[in-house]
Amino acid sequence: MKPFHYVAAVLAAGTAMAAQADTSADIEALKQQIAEQQAQLDALTESLESGSSNLPAWIADTSFGGYAELHYNNLDSESSEKDKVQMDLHRFVLFFGHRFTDSVRFFSEFEIEHTVAGEGKNGEVEVEQAFIEWDYAQHHSAKAGVFLVPVGILNETHEPDTFYGVERNNVEKNIIPTTWWEGGVMGSGEIAQGFRYDLAVSSGLDLSNGKYKIRDGRQKASEADATDLAYTGRVTYNGIAGLSVGLSLIYQSDLLQGEVVSGVEDLDAQLAEVHVDWQQGAVGVRALYATWEINDDIDQLSSGASEQSGWYVEPSYKVTPKLGVFARYSQWDNQAGDSADSEYEQMDAGINYWLVDTVALKADVQKTNEPNNTVKGFNLGIGWSF
Amino acid sequence: MKWIFALLLIGIGFSVRADQVYMTPTEFLNQTFGETVPAASVLWLNKAHQEKAETLLGHRAPGLRVRYWQQGDRVAWIFDETGKEYPITMGFVISEQTIESVAILIYRETRGGEVRHSYFTGQFVGAKLNESERLSKTIDGISGATLSVNAVEAVARWALYLQTQIQ
Repeated sequence: MKPFHYVAAVLAAGTAMAAQADTSADIEALKQQIAEQQAQLDALTESLESGSSNLPAWIADTSFGGYAELHYNNLDSESSEKDKVQMDLHRFVLFFGHRFTDSVRFFSEFEIEHTVAGEGKNGEVEVEQAFIEWDYAQHHSAKAGVFLVPVGILNETHEPDTFYGVERNNVEKNIIPTTWWEGGVMGSGEIAQGFRYDLAVSSGLDLSNGKYKIRDGRQKASEADATDLAYTGRVTYNGIAGLSVGLSLIYQSDLLQGEVVSGVEDLDAQLAEVHVDWQQGAVGVRALYATWEINDDIDQLSSGASEQSGWYVEPSYKVTPKLGVFARYSQWDNQAGDSADSEYEQMDAGINYWLVDTVALKADVQKTNEPNNTVKGFNLGIGWSF
Repeated sequence: MKWIFALLLIGIGFSVRADQVYMTPTEFLNQTFGETVPAASVLWLNKAHQEKAETLLGHRAPGLRVRYWQQGDRVAWIFDETGKEYPITMGFVISEQTIESVAILIYRETRGGEVRHSYFTGQFVGAKLNESERLSKTIDGISGATLSVNAVEAVARWALYLQTQIQ
């Protein structure tokens, strides 16, 4: 080998070794850089997904929702003063909730009925629910605050997209009386698969205003007279898909809250309510019976008011997942304790069309046979929840 | 009467721990895959996915990505979905575009916890997504738990759709 070639070979080998060392170092540096960028990307993604980049942490534990229903009623009555042709935003409801921990949470329901509330207006502003719930044991919880009384089908679950008919049925409205909320404490839980219980001690009804219908006794937890409390128990069986059976018993030792009205006092009362809600494939049936037994002394205030009872049966059929048809037969009587004709009877039939699962268009026809009167007509509505 | 109710309210169930965690996500994955749980994969949600989410879930999917665990044809998915107030954590196992199992892992809603029971979740086994993007099987609901039932059904459809995006 000539000296020139030797020198050239040595230089080339040295350069190659140096280049190899540089490449390895570059790869390590690039790996390090990629790892750092991946970590930054992961952190950024986590931050965006958790919303922590812009929002305070408590928002993640706070929930917001609501529902509303607009009704158009066109009812023609034999006694013309009872005709009803009107458009009404019957309910506009907002939910607010907050989860303090995994086992302690707050829930509330704030409602405006008939759009405008105030002196001389049709509507009301109501807080139907405002309670703290504590999961004190697996499958058991306790509530304290204002809550919906555990009775009937609609009293607790009444988002308009969850039931048939523009208006809520009159049996639960006039007998139970839905929507019924009270202040107090309630324990709930599951004692076996599908078997649930609810036990509540709460403020009760007050008929010391001299009225007799059970619905007129609702105090709505508004400076409610708590001289005499109400005791509620319910058992529910949901152990078969599509089937729910419920039994509620309510006892109150004095519907007059300690008052004496026209010489009448100590009106003890108990409600028994049983219902079945069954859905199998496209076919569904709801049926409910409820009866109040009130001390006979109330008959001195209003004849027959010692028994207030009613029932309904509501078959339904889902023609498609979005379209359902139903029929309902109802009877109720707030003065069933005497022989006078005071019974109401109503037949409804109609459709629900769900635009999406929580938005329902509704239409139905109704005929109501009242004592000495008949009402016929139709109702249209739209209801939604979110 | 008053004392009976008070005693019942106080006395029930104090001996048990407080929470509604029926199965942790880790337990769900161990139950699904045994001791060898595959590493989580990630599906980044693009515009088309989010448009489909609005149809199937009724809203855009939260987050930018969805994690899943795949071993052969079997894929496990874990989602949070709100029925009324708070998210329900649920797990799905899907193979060959068919639901193999559904489990409610953590329930946080006030009412409707019955959706965790096998008589409800078992109805989803064998369900596919049909051409109209609904489940191929009818799911019977639970009275008083309508919103939780709707949430589980919606996520079942979403999980079946996402499965088509990775296989």
